[in-house]
Amino acid sequence: MSAASTAEPAFVAKTKTGRITDFVDSRVGGSGILREFGRKVFPDHWSFMFGEVALYSFVILLLSGTFLTFFFDPSMAETHYSGSYVPLKGVEMSVAYSSSLNISFDVRGGLFMRQVHHWAALLFVASVAVHMLRVFFTGAFRRPREMNWVVGCVLLILAMAAGFTGYSLPDDLLSGNGLRIIDGVIKSIPVIGTFISFFLFGGEFPGSAIISRLYMLHILLVPALILLMIVMHLFMVVVHKHTQYPGPGRNDNNVVGYPLGPVYAAKAGGFFFIVFGVIALMAAFFTINPIWNYGPYDPSPVSAGTQPDWYIGFVDGALRLMPGTLGNWHVEQIFFGHVFTFNVLLPALVPAGILFTVMFTYPWIERWVTKDDREHHVLDRPRNAPTRTAIGMAGFVWYCVMWAAAGSDLIATHFGVSLNDVTYWLRALFFVGPIIAFIVTKRVALALQRKDREIALHGRETGRIVRLPHGEFIEVHAPLDEYKRYKLVGFESPQVQPAVPNEHGVVTSKEKRRAFLSRWFFEDRVAPATPAELEAAHGHGHDAVEAAEGTKSLTH
Amino acid sequence: MKALSQKRRHPLAAIALLLMGLLITGGLYAVATTMNQAKASTTTASASDVEEGGKLFAANCATCHGMGASGSKDGPSLVGVGAAAVDFQVGTGRMPMQMNGPQAMKKPVQFNEQQTSQLAAYVASLGAGPAIPADDLTNGGGDAAAGGELFRTNCAMCHNAAAAGGALTRGKFAPALADVTGKHIYEAMVTGPQNMPVFNDANITPEGKKNIITFLKQIESSGSPGGADLGSLGPVAEGLFVWVAGLGVIIAFTIWLTSRTS
Repeated sequence: MSAASTAEPAFVAKTKTGRITDFVDSRVGGSGILREFGRKVFPDHWSFMFGEVALYSFVILLLSGTFLTFFFDPSMAETHYSGSYVPLKGVEMSVAYSSSLNISFDVRGGLFMRQVHHWAALLFVASVAVHMLRVFFTGAFRRPREMNWVVGCVLLILAMAAGFTGYSLPDDLLSGNGLRIIDGVIKSIPVIGTFISFFLFGGEFPGSAIISRLYMLHILLVPALILLMIVMHLFMVVVHKHTQYPGPGRNDNNVVGYPLGPVYAAKAGGFFFIVFGVIALMAAFFTINPIWNYGPYDPSPVSAGTQPDWYIGFVDGALRLMPGTLGNWHVEQIFFGHVFTFNVLLPALVPAGILFTVMFTYPWIERWVTKDDREHHVLDRPRNAPTRTAIGMAGFVWYCVMWAAAGSDLIATHFGVSLNDVTYWLRALFFVGPIIAFIVTKRVALALQRKDREIALHGRETGRIVRLPHGEFIEVHAPLDEYKRYKLVGFESPQVQPAVPNEHGVVTSKEKRRAFLSRWFFEDRVAPATPAELEAAHGHGHDAVEAAEGTKSLTH
Repeated sequence: MKALSQKRRHPLAAIALLLMGLLITGGLYAVATTMNQAKASTTTASASDVEEGGKLFAANCATCHGMGASGSKDGPSLVGVGAAAVDFQVGTGRMPMQMNGPQAMKKPVQFNEQQTSQLAAYVASLGAGPAIPADDLTNGGGDAAAGGELFRTNCAMCHNAAAAGGALTRGKFAPALADVTGKHIYEAMVTGPQNMPVFNDANITPEGKKNIITFLKQIESSGSPGGADLGSLGPVAEGLFVWVAGLGVIIAFTIWLTSRTS
């Protein structure tokens, strides 16, 4: 590029393609970008690919969604259906529903594209969720990635918003019932609820404005915000570099993996088509949201088995679990002549509020408790952070209980049990489930750590019993090779950080709380085997046998 | 009118009003309840059918429903339930009931057609009730779209908009309606078996019932345009499918893609 200004003859490519490429490159600087990005190293692990799945699903959503906008008409004007689906012929419905039916039955490839769009949406949110679980349980949210974790949480909320606004668009009975629930939740907000509802729906529910408003949010605002957040998210991934699982030769100062170009990029590109293929196959062979079954929305009919799509399910489940009365006390109360519908407000907002608050703040909570402000690029195996893993599982189980409650009617009919019993059990699990999950997970993690430690110190059980000359029987333990052993001993194990006085010599109550939490986190930690312990374990007796077995001794 | 306004404070005026009100209510009620029975027992059952049915009833049903179908603590009286109720309950195998439970379950039919009609004739002879509907009302041929609207308004809240069934309280449920004959659907509507309410002819006209049956048969025969219907159970089945099958296949691919390294 600098050749032009000097006396040297400018580089001229030999082929036409080469000349065009050079022309573009000398103006855009693409080769520089490619050189930089092509050498970016990514560690390879299957669990690192869910973010990619989410990204690809989003691309598929944009493509299929664009197709759908060509034919969808977000109008709530009344019309009589005149398309080719016989059971709805002549039925009065909104233009939105009619055009959704036309996409399904009268636009070539329309039903396929609708199903691609909807399956991709479900997969999008699912892969976002799994990706976040991976990030949480491996501790990838720690410095320097706290902000990226927050962006990810925002993306989850936006994904849910995108999904919900889309779910409501066809104006069929199912989506209308869903909107009615949202309307009820909004109206349960004290004082301002009714005003917000009237503002949103342009009058009394359902009004004639909500579909076109949701449509604008669905195709413009929410995707734009998602795109913006994805750009920030990926930018930060590039800045921070990717995390890696612990392993020999891996530490916080390096990234062990493959460069992006060419193999990794090809793999990633290929993976896009795999995801697209899986979604296309699902769309081709499995019905999703058969709107023709549900009929047009009308506030009077309500269908059995009305549920939201899975990602809103936990809110619906919480609503289903909430009793209207506690003993003789009505949860719905009247104060100052106003009705306060706490039996809708509490379940709709409180569990989701707690989940998201903990999710957003968790990196800072852990940072505060552990006083750990170092950069972490090597991930934790979930068992090596027992308390975090247990907290995560408690939250996960809590979510799953509410999630299951959204399908309580189907659990009842398909397992032949009483709907009431399902509800009672889930209500109990709502409170007890997370506690059980916490205790069990923590114990399992600690047990696995002890097993790791045992194996690191004494090797793997071979199942071979040897009789020593003096008559004693022992089982031969085969020592691990160094690579395997590294995985079992090479992890960080934070310790309890006792309360320390501040500069005035005072142990503040906040510091005491922190110390309490630190004790709660780490008091029963299982320390990794130290080199000295490994050495000692090795010299303790069956050297003779091992020597006889011809196995090499452990060295460091 | 002048006479009326003069006599309105007569000591007997209140009683007269009360009588009038009672007469009107009673009269309307009588009309409303007999509307459903307008076609009651039009099918002619021979005396021998009734007699045979009576024997069958005494042998198979009287344990719970009592001799003469007068009811016992284990089963309700069947006087006045009509032939349609018997044809539905016995014809779908729900009766005789296998065991007590939240509701009688559908099971292999215990009686042949002749025996069923004899039982029906016997029960119909005990008191007027809905008769077995005529074929032209149960064979479809109505307006599917109109039937769909009626179905969504009256039936979908329990049976699901796609007639896939749904849960009720305490182990009771509304069954899926695929593979149920038009006759049984009609009879269920007029007799209200188990937990189902009665949809009499004043509520949904015979023509409306015919349309509903047409709608149900139509969606049953048109299959699922979008591929396998996952039980027509709505978003729960779809969510389960995307998590288990969709994500499962994708995880298999991610493992395959990264299997050569690390």
